[in-house]
Amino acid sequence: MHFAIETQNLCRIYKIRGGKKTEPKELLALEDVNLQIRHGELFGLLGPNGAGKTTLIKILTTLLAPTSGSAIVAGFDVVKNPEKVRPRINMVSGGESSGYGLLTVRENLWMFSQFYGIPSNIANQRIKQLLDIVGLSDRINSKSSDLSTGLRQKMNVVRGFLTDPDVLFLDEPTLGLDVGASREIRHFIRKWIDDDQTRTLLLTTHYMVEADELCDRVAIINQGRVLACDTPATLKHRLQGEAIYRMEVSPLNGTNLQDFESIAGVHKVTHRAQDGFSILELILAQDDVISSVVNTMTAGNIHILNLQKREPTLEDVFVDLVGKSIEEMESDADIEST
Amino acid sequence: MTPISRVHKNQGVKLFIQTVIARAYPRLIGQQREKSWMFFDIVLPLLSVSAYVFIYRAINAPEDYIGFVIIGGAMTAFWMNVLWSMSSQLYWEKEQGNLALYILAPNSMMAILLGMALGGMAATTLRAAVIMIIGSWIFNVHYAVVSFSQLFLVFLLAMVALYGLGMMSSSVYLLLSREAWHISNLAQEPIYLVSGFYFPIKNFNFWIAAGASLIPLTLGLDAMRQLVFTTGASLGFLSVPIELGILSILCILFLVGSRYLIGYMEKLAIREGRLTESRR
Ligand SMILES: Nc1ncnc2c1ncn2[C@@H]1O[C@H](COP(=O)(O)OP(=O)(O)OP(=O)(O)O)[C@@H](O)[C@H]1O
Ligand SMILES: [Mg+2]
Repeated sequence: MHFAIETQNLCRIYKIRGGKKTEPKELLALEDVNLQIRHGELFGLLGPNGAGKTTLIKILTTLLAPTSGSAIVAGFDVVKNPEKVRPRINMVSGGESSGYGLLTVRENLWMFSQFYGIPSNIANQRIKQLLDIVGLSDRINSKSSDLSTGLRQKMNVVRGFLTDPDVLFLDEPTLGLDVGASREIRHFIRKWIDDDQTRTLLLTTHYMVEADELCDRVAIINQGRVLACDTPATLKHRLQGEAIYRMEVSPLNGTNLQDFESIAGVHKVTHRAQDGFSILELILAQDDVISSVVNTMTAGNIHILNLQKREPTLEDVFVDLVGKSIEEMESDADIEST
Repeated sequence: MTPISRVHKNQGVKLFIQTVIARAYPRLIGQQREKSWMFFDIVLPLLSVSAYVFIYRAINAPEDYIGFVIIGGAMTAFWMNVLWSMSSQLYWEKEQGNLALYILAPNSMMAILLGMALGGMAATTLRAAVIMIIGSWIFNVHYAVVSFSQLFLVFLLAMVALYGLGMMSSSVYLLLSREAWHISNLAQEPIYLVSGFYFPIKNFNFWIAAGASLIPLTLGLDAMRQLVFTTGASLGFLSVPIELGILSILCILFLVGSRYLIGYMEKLAIREGRLTESRR
């Protein structure tokens, strides 16, 4: 079987140069990544900041050389035959500021279509059609510098689809967009895949819902390693044996949290502080463990405001694999960097 | 809703030409959109030209010197364009995120560079022509063209060599990254002086003039002045045929060099992960 994307033991090490005299530090951004993505698949890479998602996309789009390992995209090796890969792919990243602000939306898109050899008249028809689908046709003659972030991102996404790639890469296509705009872009992505079964799309995201609702299969990636790769349903099914609870309780601090994690049968606890209360998500071995949790709380004088059992989500799968939620990891990173 | 269909895509020469035209487009159309160019690219250069004209009139310099200054002022536009919109362009495109998209696209980077050069050349020719016409009219300059065909040839070779230099240095700038900005700033003024934008380089010592000749505008200007003014030949640095010969060599040198350097730059950036700016 031929795959649209296939990687073998892909590794990437970045050399980070410090001062003039210090030895460059090495950062392992990708480690032994093995993925096989079929034609017609909408595949998601899910992971927190710094997981290596963009690094992987750059390698697959011939923009970055792997340190070791190999990758085949659209039938060709990205290192040995980049010139064969490039006509068959395209890439859009969230929040990019590509193109020229002085040109209109139509002109910017037309320019990029020409770089792929699309005849001018066909390009213009296609630009109209795609802008129509994303609801941007009334801005076709606006200067692109006048567009808001969301509209600009829609234009960028259209650029990716415009050149009719066999394999399209979207790096966080809905980054920073509001709910409505994100939904429209997701809808568009789904339509493009469904319109032709030979197309393949790989997107990265750190939004759980996006991976869950949109993607046929998802790879969960953290610190450069693929931890799991399957359909969202199968991934969630792994937790079927376990019981997942969401609790709202009076404000907690870190020490309480460790008390819960040491209770027998409690697999993972994540904590989010809210204004005046705390939200706990618990993954338990089975339902009756919740009574020990409640007992510990009562003993510790913690008030339970709300308790609810729920179905597993991809978020839970992530917590189960990594030990922390994406949100927690990203707020940790914020604290470290300040 | 109608399905999003597949499309036919051109390859080879057609793709190359499409790419050149498309990359030239923002310079052909976009750059004229903000009307402020008329002030920055026409009025300001004309002011510095006027300053020299008044000085030359005040010291009773030969009347042809006035024409020298006008032509110099017009050609300065090309130099500024190469310095600020060619050499530093790839660096800027990298910051903007366009460079990765250019490399990603199936065309050769030479097509992108050529498009940039041709677009810049056309937009600047418009500015240079306006400066020439207005300047000649205000200061009442008379031209006595010896040979239009030679004049055209000189201009063409000087342009190819100059933009070839710009294409080549754009890769160098990219490798130097942030330092590039300072180099442009440093290069601007001294090169005004040694390239003889406002006076004949014959006034210099031979070796300074020869060194300055590496910048194609120097010889281009020198040759053009010889062909345009009655006293031109007597003020020339070298004879026109020799200058044409050197310009041709520079053309080849810079074009081949730019092709080699852009290839090298692309490989290096892909290996080291430097195609996008570091924040991304
Ligand atoms: N050009 C580079 N030079 C050095 N280190 C880099 C470079 N690019 C990325 N890194 C590092 O490699 C790791 C992976 O980065 P990458 O951008 O692939 O993560 P990501 O999953 O896309 O994260 P995000 O969600 O923040 O976009 C990070 O630790 C990052 O700091
Ligand atoms: Mg990223």
